[in-house]
Amino acid sequence: MSATAFDAAAAARAWRPPPLISSPLLRYAVYLGALAYVVLGVATVEVNWARAAEGMGRAAGFLGGFFPPDFVSKGDDIFEGLMESLTMTVVSTALGIALSIPVALGASRNLAPLPIYLFCRGIIAVSRTFQEIIIAIVFVAMVGFGPLAGMLTLTFATVGFMAKLLAEDIEDIERAQAEAVRATGAGWFSWIAWSVLPQVKPRLIGLSAYRLDINFRESAVLGLVGAGGIGDTLNTAFDRYEFDTAAAVLLIIIAIVLVCEYTSGWIRRKVQ
Amino acid sequence: MPENAPPLLAITGLTKRYATGDLALNEVSLAVPPGQVMALIGPSGAGKSTLIRCVNRLVEPTSGQVVLDGAELTTLGRAALRRARRRMGMIFQEYALVERLTVMENVLSGRLGYTGFWASWFRRFPRRDVEEAFRLLARVGLAHMADKRADALSGGQRQRVGIVRALMQDPALLLVDEPTASLDPKTSRQIMRLIVELCEERGLAAIINIHDVALAQEFARRIVGLRAGRIVFDGTPETLDAAALTAIYGEEDWSRTIRRIEAEDSVAEPVA
Repeated sequence: MSATAFDAAAAARAWRPPPLISSPLLRYAVYLGALAYVVLGVATVEVNWARAAEGMGRAAGFLGGFFPPDFVSKGDDIFEGLMESLTMTVVSTALGIALSIPVALGASRNLAPLPIYLFCRGIIAVSRTFQEIIIAIVFVAMVGFGPLAGMLTLTFATVGFMAKLLAEDIEDIERAQAEAVRATGAGWFSWIAWSVLPQVKPRLIGLSAYRLDINFRESAVLGLVGAGGIGDTLNTAFDRYEFDTAAAVLLIIIAIVLVCEYTSGWIRRKVQ
Repeated sequence: MPENAPPLLAITGLTKRYATGDLALNEVSLAVPPGQVMALIGPSGAGKSTLIRCVNRLVEPTSGQVVLDGAELTTLGRAALRRARRRMGMIFQEYALVERLTVMENVLSGRLGYTGFWASWFRRFPRRDVEEAFRLLARVGLAHMADKRADALSGGQRQRVGIVRALMQDPALLLVDEPTASLDPKTSRQIMRLIVELCEERGLAAIINIHDVALAQEFARRIVGLRAGRIVFDGTPETLDAAALTAIYGEEDWSRTIRRIEAEDSVAEPVA
């Protein structure tokens, strides 16, 4: 036994944490390749320093145009755009959540049979594949300029977002609770309402508040492609070189986003 | 009332093979007369849980018949199955209360099989149901806890809520799955005593899956032993001897487990 005694101290000295890539050849090849890529990449960026310096002056003038922000002279337009954005946000969030619940139920493998599951996962995938701007362009082409296109866009995006995250939560419910309610002889809807809903309700409320917040921010962007809202006002202000009005709009957007974010954070903390 | 009375529950040739190929139940036949409290013992994986879940079809049996009160359950359609489930109250190992609902809501969920969806959604249960709920909660000493959330209760209290929920169904049969598995010894005895008392008060039959042989012997009038999906013992607690335990669980020194019974035997038959 003593001949083969294990020398822990020697083993500890010899031990090294295993490298990420075990073959040394491959390891150094990867390191060298990454280094070469960075060097070549930096070398190929062409910077016209003269033009950048010129731009600095223009940027200063441009930013100078922001001050002082002018809330008054286009006040009506700003107010109208703001109301449009808020309406768009609330309507699309409410509609999107209502539509996302059935999709989420269908997209939960523990509730839905395979064909329904695949169908609902398909809806989610399509909704999440495209960025809001692209969907907005499509809807603007379909229903014309204005807040309707924006509202449809946000609703569509909300369905994918909510359904995916809600379905994940539904798939994580405790089976025993669901089984117990089923054993009482409850019908399908009662079963969902009494065993699944209580388990996912905090998440549902939290996600809804979060999505309301996202939808307002998105609504400000969608105006840039003609889908209505405060973004439209902002875009128009830039087009007319009314930078002071644009600054006012930006400040209002920042304020509202802060309020939304704080409120939705507070709601989410409350329901946990 | 035993042998000659028509059985409340008659199981014939019940077999369950899971999709994985595991044979959980192998041609099990069992008759439970009205009002009989029966303990089902056996090692883990013997098929105890599967057996009671095949009765209310939370698990679909592969073949065989289950007849409750003269009605064949294995061929029922969905709606008829839900109606049949109302007559079978189920009590679970980890209580399986819906944790985010209140005690009263959990108790009333036992009436879901009798209540329409919208009535249950708005918690508008018939007055007599709510009255019965309070009566039963008072019976198990929890009337003052009615509006507490279920996850605020101790293990023993939760299991009593689970029992009340099952009783709310106005069942003829209780299916009880390891009611004491997560409770301390004293609470375990209280829960078993409560289940047996309530069965006597209401003339209910019960199948109680249980690991604890001593508890089974103390509280059940009949003991059925299951091993590898087959019934290997069926008799009164007094006849459960070392040979029977070996047949159910395998070779082990059973002298301490059954000492109590033998001590009683020696008092009864001093000559031997």
